[in-house]
Amino acid sequence: MKCDLCEKEAVVHLTQVVNGEMKEIHLCEEHAVSQGIDLNSPISITDILMGLNGPQKNLAGELSLVCPKCGIAREEFRKTGRLGCPDCYKTFMAELTMAIKAMHQSGQHLGKIPAREGTQTRIKSKIAHLQQELDAAIAREDFEKAVMLRDQIKLCREERAPDEKGDKS
Amino acid sequence: MTTLAGLLQRHGGWLEAGPEEGPVISSRVRLARNLRDTTFPGWASKKIRNRVWNDVSLAFEQMPDNGKFLRWRMDELTSLDRDLLFERHLISRELAEQPSGSGVFVNEDECRAVMVNEEDHIRLQSLQPGINLQKAWAVADELDNELEKNLSYAFSSKLGYLTACPSNVGTGLRASVMLHLPGLVLTQEIKPVINAVSKIGLAVRGLWGEGSEASGHMFQISNQITLGRTELEMIANIEQIVQEVIEHEKNARLRLMEKQEIRVHDHVGRAYGILANAALISTGEALDLLSALRMGVDLGLLPIVRREIDRLFIRIQPAHLQKKGNVSLSPEERDIRRAQLIRNFLKDK
Repeated sequence: MKCDLCEKEAVVHLTQVVNGEMKEIHLCEEHAVSQGIDLNSPISITDILMGLNGPQKNLAGELSLVCPKCGIAREEFRKTGRLGCPDCYKTFMAELTMAIKAMHQSGQHLGKIPAREGTQTRIKSKIAHLQQELDAAIAREDFEKAVMLRDQIKLCREERAPDEKGDKS
Repeated sequence: MTTLAGLLQRHGGWLEAGPEEGPVISSRVRLARNLRDTTFPGWASKKIRNRVWNDVSLAFEQMPDNGKFLRWRMDELTSLDRDLLFERHLISRELAEQPSGSGVFVNEDECRAVMVNEEDHIRLQSLQPGINLQKAWAVADELDNELEKNLSYAFSSKLGYLTACPSNVGTGLRASVMLHLPGLVLTQEIKPVINAVSKIGLAVRGLWGEGSEASGHMFQISNQITLGRTELEMIANIEQIVQEVIEHEKNARLRLMEKQEIRVHDHVGRAYGILANAALISTGEALDLLSALRMGVDLGLLPIVRREIDRLFIRIQPAHLQKKGNVSLSPEERDIRRAQLIRNFLKDK
């Protein structure tokens, strides 16, 4: 078995089941170490997913992405698995999106919303909830319900639209 | 600064009677929150960390029951005091090791605690006796609302509450139930149960030690996924699985009593014999023997109040023994005092 990042023989093999689908990662010794995997200690799949997303080849000389808000570089958060500030979610969105989906099997918050958040956030959240119901309705072929939900989503989107021009809250 | 010695005179309210308090010790809900436009504690300067501590302190002062929260900054405590808070489940090991700006707010009955500048700016916890995640969530939610009146949280409509580690993003919720599972350990069914629970996306950890070797046969079951479901859905999912584990534990105990009653009596009796007579006892040995005693109480073999044993699980820990005696003790001296404490406890039973 060859390494996912080069042609060498892979020595580290990781498997995770996401949504019933098996995901495998194979790395040679050199790349395992460069991805921050200590071959002598147990590792978290989170760290691996964080390290392997985004640009596939993490070769020396690759431009380093730095969060403009806190100054944390991509390498630093890959190494620790910890972000520097809330803005890092925007800065590193490309590589975070896949890792978050793999960890949580979802990319959309459906829980509590802070009271301080504006109506825009609430409407967006309502649309997300309706979208989830719509997906479930389609999956069980309840098309009558699906049509109803689709119309509700449309209404919500219209409700959102006039506000979007002025109020950005 | 409020004195920590005061805590020794009492026990946490989460060690009162609660639903299913046989196999279940307590339920816990933790919420991770961060302040908007502020560097996470792990990367923040001393100045930012102190500002976060001050902002959270101010938010507490604005709350109606502010006076009921005790507060301690980690840099003002001795390592013994930090260990004491850790043994009482009020702070994490990580917080105890944090530099300036880190601390904890604890309410009077110790059922609510807010850690500041741990991995996230705010780690709010709510503990309830027995299995009662709904109540733990309701209490945490209310405290979160109170804090939020004076704090702006980092939040995105897509990813929810933004956290230092993406594994907590979304609800920031970690709900867990602490279980006492000696029946499953003795019947050697604990491993398949741990495997089955892990497969459905929940985590099982030993409270003291890992896997099936956990001291005191205490386990915690918690969610791992924090995004894509409502808090109540996550909690309902854990409660349902925990109820199934409780059933397995009860069945294991029944089978033990049906098929190996004499061995169960022997197991409990020997534990009692050692605890009532030992002159030296380590924490690990004491936890295991108290676990056997606790199961004996559940099976009606011993006339001891279960919750008194649960409180003993905490009182025999190293920092509690040393704080009580107001002295620093060598490991052997601790083993002597621990044995003494347990002997005195069992004297009249």
